[in-house]
Amino acid sequence: MPQTSRPSPGAIIGSLVLIAAVVAFAAAAFAFTAGLFSPDRLTPQKLVDGFAGPSGPPLGHRRNHSKGICFTGMFEANGAGSELSRAQVFAKGQYPVIGRFNLAVADPNADDAKARVRGLGLMIATPDGQEWRMAMIDAPFFPVATVEAFRGLQIASASKAPDAIPKFAEAHPEFATFGGWAKSAPWTGSYAEEPYNALNSFIFTDGSGNDRAVRWSLVPAAQPVPVSPDELAKRGPNFLETEIADRIKAGPARWTMKVTVANPGDPTADPSKAWPEDRRAVDVGTLTVDKIEAEADGPCRDVNFDPTVLPTGMRPSDDPFPAARSSTYRVSYDRRTAEEKDYPRNATGSGQ
Amino acid sequence: MTNIERGRTMPVIHRFNPLQRTLHWVMAVCILTMLFIGVGMASTVAHIYLRLVHIHETLGLAILILALIRLAVRLGYGAPPLPLDLPEPMKLAAYLSHYALYALMIAMPLIGWAMLSAADYPVTVWPGVWLPRIAPQSASLHTLLWNAHFYLAFLFFALILMHLAAALFHALIRRDGVFDSMGPLLKHDEIAPAE
Repeated sequence: MPQTSRPSPGAIIGSLVLIAAVVAFAAAAFAFTAGLFSPDRLTPQKLVDGFAGPSGPPLGHRRNHSKGICFTGMFEANGAGSELSRAQVFAKGQYPVIGRFNLAVADPNADDAKARVRGLGLMIATPDGQEWRMAMIDAPFFPVATVEAFRGLQIASASKAPDAIPKFAEAHPEFATFGGWAKSAPWTGSYAEEPYNALNSFIFTDGSGNDRAVRWSLVPAAQPVPVSPDELAKRGPNFLETEIADRIKAGPARWTMKVTVANPGDPTADPSKAWPEDRRAVDVGTLTVDKIEAEADGPCRDVNFDPTVLPTGMRPSDDPFPAARSSTYRVSYDRRTAEEKDYPRNATGSGQ
Repeated sequence: MTNIERGRTMPVIHRFNPLQRTLHWVMAVCILTMLFIGVGMASTVAHIYLRLVHIHETLGLAILILALIRLAVRLGYGAPPLPLDLPEPMKLAAYLSHYALYALMIAMPLIGWAMLSAADYPVTVWPGVWLPRIAPQSASLHTLLWNAHFYLAFLFFALILMHLAAALFHALIRRDGVFDSMGPLLKHDEIAPAE
C-alpha cells in the first residue's frame, strides 16, 4: 500500500483535535440521551425510589402494592367482547389466569386494616400465545391527573412540612375528589367483595378495524358488606389474606368483567376523571378465582403485571399513565428480582 | 482486482465489497440508534417510552439477523489486509476490537431477548408477532442477563467510539486506505490504491 501524502505536523494536530471533538460530541450526546444533563427529567428510577418510606424500600418485594397474595383461576369469555376487540381473549371460551390480590402500600408487612386502597393484578393467557396483563384498584378514579402530579404527591407525602399535602391538594383539585372517596367509601372485610377498576383508558380494535376508547372493571359477585375500619383493625394484620384463602377453599369467588365504552369527547388521558354512569357497558365474561397461594412461592411472585402487555386488538390510548407504569414496574421488577435472597422462597412451595 | 503470489483463490482485495459496505453502514445507523434508544427509554416515563421499547425490540431482532448475514458474508468474502506498515499494537487492537464488535452485535440482541424471556415478558417485534421465549423464567437468570445487557451496552458504545476514532485516524492522519476500504463514498472500486 503506497504512502499517500503524509499530513504536516500542524495538520496532524488539527486532525487529532477534530477526532477528539467528534468522539467527545458523540459521548456527550449519549450521556444527554441517558439523562445525565437533565436532573429534572422524570425517570422511572425516581418514581420507584419515591415509593420507599423512611426505612428504605422493601427488598425483594414490589416497590408499591408490596403486600399481596397469589391466585389462579379462569377467565370465561361470553363472546360479547368480540364486538369491541378482536383479541382472542374475548372469543367465547375459558382462559387460564394468574393474579394477585394486593394492598396499595409499600410495606409488605402492612396491617391489612390500614390500607385504604386494594388492588388486583391479572394475567390472562390465550391459546394464540398472547397475554393480557392488568393491574387494577378498587378506587373508582385515580388520585391525580398526570404522572408529574403523581411524583408531586410522592414528594408532598415524604415532606416533613405540615402544609405539604394541603398545598398539593390546592394545586391538584382532583386529589380532593379522591380524598372524598377515601373518606366516604365503605370498607369491606374481603378482597372478594371489592370491585377492581382499570382506571386507564385503552383503545380496543374490532375485527373490522374500528377503534373505541374503553376502560374496564371487575364487578364482584359477592355482595359487599360494609365493615368499619375499627372493626377491621381487630381482625389482625393479615385478615384479608386469611379471609380470601378460607373463602376460596370453600368455593370459588367470581367477578364480572365489564368494559365501558367512551363517548366522543370523554376524557381518555385523565384517569382521575370517571366517565358518566350512562356510558355503554358490555359484560364480556367472568373471572373465577379458585386457588390461593402465598406470594413467596406463588405463581404471581415473578410476574410483572405491566398494563401495557396487551394482545392484538388492544393498545394504550393517549392516557400517559400506562407508559409511566410500564417503565416504573420494569425498574421495580429489575430491582426486586436482583434481591431474591432478601425474600426467600419456602422449600415447600412449587416456586418455579 | 489483482491476483498475486497468494494464488487465484485468495485475490488481494483493497476494499470491502459493496454488500459488505452497505451492511456496515446500515448497521452502523441501526446500532447507534439502538444504543441511544436504550439509554433514552431506560430514563423516561414519558408516553414515548412504549414506542421506544417497541422499536428497541424490533430493531434488536433486525440487528441480530443483519449481524448473522454480515458474519456469513465476512467469512465468505474476507477483508482487505491491513497496511503492512501498521504497528503491531494497532494491528492487534484492530483484530481484537473487530472480534468484540461482531460478538456484541450478535450477543446483545440475544441477551436482551433471553432477559425478557427470563422475566416471562413478551417480546413483540411486530403487532401480533410475539417471539418465542428462549430462556426459562428465573429471577437470578434475569438479573445476570440484565447486568450483562446493561454493562455490555456501555462497552459496545465505547468500542464504537474507539472504532470511530481509529477510522478517522486512518482517514485523516495515516491516509493509508483503511478508511476507504469501508468508505461510504461512491467512488469506483477500481481506484483503490494500486499495488
